[in-house]
Amino acid sequence: MMMCKRATELMSQRLDRPLRWQERLSLRFHLTLCSACQQCDRQFQLLHRIHERFDAPHDSTREGDRRD
Amino acid sequence: MPDAAHDPASQEQQARMQRLAAVRPRLVSFARLQLRDNALAEDAVQEALAAAIEKDASFSGRSGYETWVFGILKYKILDTLREQKRRGHWQPWEDELDEDAIDRQFQQNGRWQPSARPSDWGDPEATLHNDHFWRVFDSCMIALPEAIARVFTLRELMGLSTDEICQIAEIKENNCWVILHRARLRLRECVEKGWLAEDKS
Ligand SMILES: [Zn+2]
Repeated sequence: MMMCKRATELMSQRLDRPLRWQERLSLRFHLTLCSACQQCDRQFQLLHRIHERFDAPHDSTREGDRRD
Repeated sequence: MPDAAHDPASQEQQARMQRLAAVRPRLVSFARLQLRDNALAEDAVQEALAAAIEKDASFSGRSGYETWVFGILKYKILDTLREQKRRGHWQPWEDELDEDAIDRQFQQNGRWQPSARPSDWGDPEATLHNDHFWRVFDSCMIALPEAIARVFTLRELMGLSTDEICQIAEIKENNCWVILHRARLRLRECVEKGWLAEDKS
């Protein structure tokens, strides 16, 4: 089975590129079994939202989401 | 002669000038986070504000005004970064890619070190609105080695793709993913230590 360190590589890369299906599958499998990596995944996803700190409170529209 | 004060177009323009002044502090902290240099950040913001005033007529109103101004700032920041790179002001990668910071979070067999196991940061919405979280985040960004921090903010703050980052930093895309992985692991470790530790005490 894939180990946690490798799982964190995939959850990081998932934010930057589409994973291959084999990668997606093994990551999903690891995440169902590993609560520490689930937390890490949530933390990476939170860090992926830091740009929201500068989002305009008054702008009703935002430029189309450039991510994914 | 038209009365400027009652000309709707000029009133709108004046309202936009006021919004520029209001958004300035956010522009400055954005530029500081990316450039890690107060003087360079101030310069980039000055240039962006000047460009926004000059190009005011070209603001289409399709995107929000502040989004438009941030777009101009991002453009200026990229100019500054390219200039820095061209002048050889970027530190070499070799110094900063030490594996230790990552490896200390994992055991030999690839599992988490018990002391480094990630814990629950709570509701993301609440976290993103927590001032204390941002203070810890900022200090963790400063602690991050410059070359790693630059790639991380190009991705997560400026919203560039790894492909675009590779071109600017002149690195391979694979390298870019490795750097981002390290940046995220180091940041999560640092934020968790600084934030949750204090929060619970
Ligand atoms: Zn795991």
